[in-house]
Amino acid sequence: MEEIKLMKGNEAFAEAVIREGVDAYFGYPITPQSEVIEYLMLEEPYKRTGMVVLQAESEIGAIHMVYGAAGAGKKAVTSSSSPGISLKQEGISYMAGSELPCVMLNVVRGGPGLGTIQPSQADYFQTVKGGGHGDYKLIVLAPASVQEMADFVEDGFKMAFKYRTPVMLLSDGLIGQMMEKVQLKPQKARLSNEEIREKYGSWATIGHKPEERTIITSLELKSERQEKHNHKLQAKYREIEKKEVRLEKFNCENADYLLVAYGSSARICQKTIQLGKEKGINIGLIRPITLWPFPSDEINKAADKVKGVLSVELSAGQMVDDVRLAVNGKVPVEHYGRFGGMIHSPDEVLEALEKNFIK
Amino acid sequence: MTEEIIIAGFGGQGVLSMGKILAYSGIMQDQEVSWMPSYGPEMRGGTANVTVILSDEKISSPVLRNFDTAIVLNQPSMNKFEETVKPGGILLYDPNGILHPPTRKDIRIYKIEGALEASRMKSSKTFNMIVLGAYLKINPVVKMENVLKGLKKSLPERHHHLIPLNEEAIKVGLEKVEKVS
Repeated sequence: MEEIKLMKGNEAFAEAVIREGVDAYFGYPITPQSEVIEYLMLEEPYKRTGMVVLQAESEIGAIHMVYGAAGAGKKAVTSSSSPGISLKQEGISYMAGSELPCVMLNVVRGGPGLGTIQPSQADYFQTVKGGGHGDYKLIVLAPASVQEMADFVEDGFKMAFKYRTPVMLLSDGLIGQMMEKVQLKPQKARLSNEEIREKYGSWATIGHKPEERTIITSLELKSERQEKHNHKLQAKYREIEKKEVRLEKFNCENADYLLVAYGSSARICQKTIQLGKEKGINIGLIRPITLWPFPSDEINKAADKVKGVLSVELSAGQMVDDVRLAVNGKVPVEHYGRFGGMIHSPDEVLEALEKNFIK
Repeated sequence: MTEEIIIAGFGGQGVLSMGKILAYSGIMQDQEVSWMPSYGPEMRGGTANVTVILSDEKISSPVLRNFDTAIVLNQPSMNKFEETVKPGGILLYDPNGILHPPTRKDIRIYKIEGALEASRMKSSKTFNMIVLGAYLKINPVVKMENVLKGLKKSLPERHHHLIPLNEEAIKVGLEKVEKVS
């Protein structure tokens, strides 16, 4: 049994990256995410496992280093916060197009532009709807605790390699900066070059003989072939939608109203359920753990039993679009959220629910 | 049992580390804990605050509007947090630099001359532990043995020689806290 530690979300992520047997981390500091690279530099994993930790010249440099490492079948990680993730979008689209696995972390801060360094969930559209160019999807995991900041590293890599696709952990300044108890997994060994050849040799660029060579590219000038490649990507995305949806439900049996919230807002909404009970209001909560694929079916089913659905996020209303599509007009769906770095309290969520559906 | 605490003061007063020691002490007695700082410009010398929750159950929201206890260490924090204490809750403050003392009648108010006692101990760094001691006298949410274990866990090893001084500071806080109303 591993020791229980008190860690910040960012630190737990960094330690989990080392223990996952990751080959390389490439990043660039930005608040509220800088503890990731600070922790890695202090821990010196290059001494523990041989893992590379490198501060790139920029976020754009970092994501393309991830592209290079992933192309060679290595486990590579990058992390940043909102403005830095915007810079990475070109490389992310290239990785999706080239079918390269990686795990990325966005510790979201308030925007737009440089915005503020306080927590926000306003990068939902960027992460779930594209961000970069072209028809692609990222698998998006939304941690709601320090423990999940660690656990989702392993989960993310499993899916990233299974589907050969980039995975994003969409966190925020609150989960990144807060400290909670965390229990870490034991150290995994990094794969040897022989193991990489065996597992990923069919696609990775690892020094093949000329007749067996593999090419990692997102470029295909013949449109017929590019369409075919796109069909392949879309078939993969349909499979992910079928198999990888994850969610958590709270108090959904016999609830009269339903909250839908992810990450830090899902934590806040759990307290709202309790405050509602004290006032005789029966509230349920669906917490999407994967934002893509989105738990549309479960939300649609839950909508049958309630009078209204409130989508709660630290934004002006982004996920609410997906909630509305899921509910498909069965009951009213409204949005509530503070934004620009402000955080709603559990009481404010309850007041919003009452205002929208009860008063 | 769940105890929801806000600790607020200036950056440099040891607000965040006091919260961290409290959180670690909670872990030492198998409680769930959360420590949520206000980070950013505050870390560069302005006001700083941290929300600490200790609970026997899984903690839901780390973000709260009202608190069981507010530990207030400067006037801006008094202005902001006096009103957030739940009725019947605790407000503990250091009168040093407080121009407008708290006025609420529906909460329990205590004071600790933390800055004064720290200067008597000839170590300004003991300030936060004096205040922690005062809080633990009013509300022994964590056992003293667990606080000492928590101190050991949260201080880097190179500072472990300071543990006896911190322990002494906690004792000063336990003795010197006064009930105001």
